[in-house]
Amino acid sequence: MNPSGPDTHSRSVEWSNPDYSRVPFALYHCPDWYALEMERIFRGPTWSYLCLEVELPNKGDFVTTYVGDTPVVVSRADDGEVHAFVNRCSHKGALIVRQPRGNARAHTCIYHRWTYTRDGRLSGVPFRVGIDGQGGMPKDFDPACHGPQKLRVSAMGGLLFGTFAPSTEPLAEYLGDFGCELIGRFGARPLEVLGYSRQQIQGNWKLYAENLRDTYHASLLHEFFVTYGVDRATQRGGVRMDGRHRHNMNYAFGGSDTDAKAKAVYADTAARLDRMKLSDERLLHYESEFADGMNLATPTIFPNLAAIQINNSLAVRQVRPQGVDQFEIFQTVVGYADDSAEMRRHRLLSANLVGPAGLVSMEDGEAIEIIQRATRAERAGQTTVIEMGGRGTVQDQAHRATEAPVRGFWSYWAELMGVSAPGGIQ
Amino acid sequence: MTAAPDAWRVSQRLADYGAWLDAMDYDAWLTLFHNDCDYQITTRENEALGLPLTLMWCDGKAMLADRLASLQHVNEYNLHYPRHVIGLARPRGDADTAGDWFVAPYALYQTTLEGQSRLFSVGRYVMQWQSDAGELKLRTMQVVADTAQVPTLLACPI
Repeated sequence: MNPSGPDTHSRSVEWSNPDYSRVPFALYHCPDWYALEMERIFRGPTWSYLCLEVELPNKGDFVTTYVGDTPVVVSRADDGEVHAFVNRCSHKGALIVRQPRGNARAHTCIYHRWTYTRDGRLSGVPFRVGIDGQGGMPKDFDPACHGPQKLRVSAMGGLLFGTFAPSTEPLAEYLGDFGCELIGRFGARPLEVLGYSRQQIQGNWKLYAENLRDTYHASLLHEFFVTYGVDRATQRGGVRMDGRHRHNMNYAFGGSDTDAKAKAVYADTAARLDRMKLSDERLLHYESEFADGMNLATPTIFPNLAAIQINNSLAVRQVRPQGVDQFEIFQTVVGYADDSAEMRRHRLLSANLVGPAGLVSMEDGEAIEIIQRATRAERAGQTTVIEMGGRGTVQDQAHRATEAPVRGFWSYWAELMGVSAPGGIQ
Repeated sequence: MTAAPDAWRVSQRLADYGAWLDAMDYDAWLTLFHNDCDYQITTRENEALGLPLTLMWCDGKAMLADRLASLQHVNEYNLHYPRHVIGLARPRGDADTAGDWFVAPYALYQTTLEGQSRLFSVGRYVMQWQSDAGELKLRTMQVVADTAQVPTLLACPI
């Protein structure tokens, strides 16, 4: 790697198909690509999910989070506004804030006690004027010029987003009508945090970005879905995307198929459909609560957010890359502040479906790790084959036998990375 | 009137608990539970914040049996051998719990089929044991994992 950073000029991707149906395995393994992604995607013109507004009710409340792999502090300052800044002391680069969350009057780096205000300005440098007239900082040292980098912060539906790039369009435009509608649906009522879960996966973060856009795998890898009839590709559903295919949603309507049809389609699991029944069905109880009637909706917002509804389980998933071959899924499970005690309990029971031990989600961790392992020794020119749902143009589809949004993800990834396929789909 | 269980008897039962999980003998493991049991895996992070979310929650033995059936016949997970190392139980000893509550530390390692081992989870068991027809049964098992960041995925009970 170029010591001054990734070599951004000589990089190119040999897309064998301009519809992004062939992705070179090298893109999951090369540290240079990873470094460039951090620069052009996560520190580029995108809005990353930071945390929930409800996690910062009071002045001085803070949480630490990540944008890409950059550590970030999100803090409600004395002006009542939420600010976000890089969690890195301007002096030597140490973490300023070490606690995951809390409330503080100010933030002080432990190393040389440089101190920052709640809105991320450098306010104190010990021994700045020296001791007994000796030493100290140069007279022209101006703390105002040495604050940590700040992010622009914007809120939608109780979710807070941040961006590093001055050129990023306003959040509502970035999300588009499509994204605003989806986030608005999720955050229609004030949210309440029920708890957190974390899953660390030995794989490239894009494998999870693809996974979230891949409705094809859902009922095949996650057999619990099919076996117990929570979600089957035979049910009414489909995929939707924004115009640039960066955000997407897979959705389904529970109970919209018949067992006979499911048995015909899922021949391998048909026997199990008769044999396996839950002895306690409270787990699968679904209290309809959205006007559109969907029991499964997975809005995914580029680059790091998914706001998942599976029955009455609601969760915000944040992707935190930790190097080219590792990432964390940081999941915040939520309910609504006005939920009844019964509904709250039901959501906690429904949470068995999602998260690292989720009956319909645990498998993703294994699927991603076995890709990472098997493609490590890739040879140039070896690629994935992404053709389920068709080749060519990517568009919304009102069926489930598709992975077209995965190609949509790659088209936007390539655009941001400056490596679009000649004549590629937009 | 049965006497409160003592810590030594609880530790003996925990030895069975760990050995049966390591052998993936879930039928035997399930016999350790009271019909009206509560099995939870949560994290120290959520516990410290007073947040109710669990990673796994089986409210009653039927739900626990469902989880085990799904694990054995439906779910896919990383192929491995588990190994529990469980410390001695001691009475929980706080003011608001009766004499049947105990705590014990655990470490759970996973070894791949090719022999690569890792520490998967470390934490403590917070548990309520009650005598049922002469046998000690788990009324409540709260697995509080210090390891909030689950490596790969969590399929098998801890």
